[in-house]
Amino acid sequence: MISKLINRKVLTLLKVQYSNMLEYRVEIALWAISGIIPFFMLNIWTNNNLNESINISDIMLSRYFLCAFFVRQFSVVWVVFSFEEDSLMGKVSPYLIQPLNPFFRYFAQHLAEQITRFPFALIIVFFFFIFNPESIWIPNLGILFLSIVSTFLSFLIQFLIQSIVACLCFWTEKASSIERLLFIPTLFLSGLLAPVVSFPEYVKSWIYLTPFPYLIDFPANLLSGNEANISGGLSMQILWIFLLFPLFKKIWSEGTKKYTAMGS
Amino acid sequence: MNLRKYLKVYKKFLHTSLASELEYKTNILFDLITAILSLIGSIFLLSIFFQNDGYIGGWNFEQALIIQGIYTILNGITNTWFNPNLTEIVKHIREGTLDFVLLKPIDSQFYISLKKINPSGFLEIILGFCLLLYCIKINQINLNLIFLTLCLTTIICSICILYSLWFFISTTTIWFVKTWNATEVLRSFLYIGRFPLNSFSLSLRIFFSVFIPIAFITTIPSEVFLGLSQLWKILLEVVIALIFLFTSRKFWLYALKFYSSASS
Repeated sequence: MISKLINRKVLTLLKVQYSNMLEYRVEIALWAISGIIPFFMLNIWTNNNLNESINISDIMLSRYFLCAFFVRQFSVVWVVFSFEEDSLMGKVSPYLIQPLNPFFRYFAQHLAEQITRFPFALIIVFFFFIFNPESIWIPNLGILFLSIVSTFLSFLIQFLIQSIVACLCFWTEKASSIERLLFIPTLFLSGLLAPVVSFPEYVKSWIYLTPFPYLIDFPANLLSGNEANISGGLSMQILWIFLLFPLFKKIWSEGTKKYTAMGS
Repeated sequence: MNLRKYLKVYKKFLHTSLASELEYKTNILFDLITAILSLIGSIFLLSIFFQNDGYIGGWNFEQALIIQGIYTILNGITNTWFNPNLTEIVKHIREGTLDFVLLKPIDSQFYISLKKINPSGFLEIILGFCLLLYCIKINQINLNLIFLTLCLTTIICSICILYSLWFFISTTTIWFVKTWNATEVLRSFLYIGRFPLNSFSLSLRIFFSVFIPIAFITTIPSEVFLGLSQLWKILLEVVIALIFLFTSRKFWLYALKFYSSASS
């Protein structure tokens, strides 16, 4: 009975958000295009033979950056911006009355967006293979499954971090600047612009303790067939989720007590 | 006459937007930290590229830092003026408030491009200048009047091109109301301005000098700094900047003919 109710809620939320997202397909296509920075980076790497120093062949490196692009496409999170707008406009109040945590709504929004984005990402990958036919490969099913799982876990970690930041809106009104601050280490340390193996030793020694390399570098290495510590990476991802989730719950319950319904 | 009026109006703009931005003081603090971290991150990335043999695209690390400095200045200008104003165009068009702008006895492009200001971009501009000064020292560049005028000319031209690109893309929202993500695409393309043009493959080089002249924005001023630039390149940049300014102005006036307000 309860599981049926939850199922209905989940399906309805997803359906509503998916049809909403389909309305914005041009925007989402543009979002997908704006994620092509890894390809520019790949161009610098291979064009200057920079990969010699890290012992990765051109083909493996191009697969790595392609996978980095793909993982990034499906782990983009913007919940803090939606939440900030909703909270500044006072839209959070009606959500709070409903017997459903508003973050489920945002979560469904993100999933629906990913479904809408999927065909566009595939088109970009298709073009990538036209220009780089030698880098075509087919990962085996097990690896594919594991990398989908780890991409989803990476999405979850980022969603939790941003939700925690979003909850700070209850105190500071504008939390997106904190998110922009957090985005900088995510950008430079996650492996989106350069694989983590290429980092100098003094960074490599501590970076694996932070969540950043598990956001893009680990799933991308896994999917592209580069060296990856599968059990270690997955368990670190799960560990971070277990650390962040209680923090989110705490900050949410504190924040809702503080909420003062802006604009009403 | 006119000029004095516009100066007076601009002073008022400055006053109101600074006052509203200073409402969110912690926001500004976070933006300042973000700017510093962002610069550290990009220098870190650059150092990874140079750990192999010390040259990419014929530039060594010290020379590539000049590009970084100019990019930082331009990025600061973008964050101070272009980004807050030109993303506002989209909002104006979506909500139909562009009517109020057009009704004012003042040039609409002037109003729309300079209404807002985001003070946190100033730090980036200052950081960029400091980096440039440091580069002048380590590259042992002799300062003289001709050198300074040439540098200033090329940087001003870069700013004009950058402004025109932003303005151009924002103007297209008059037709495609929903495409506010187009500026994100431009942003990600501009990202390659952090690296010397020669470090990319030929096809990308052509793309970024003919279709979207990002190459001109940072590479040519940096070459001028190093005294490597030929005169024709500088003249070319001036011509391109003038063409861009002129067409973006014409494009705006043309686009306004198609503006049909919202919900009326």
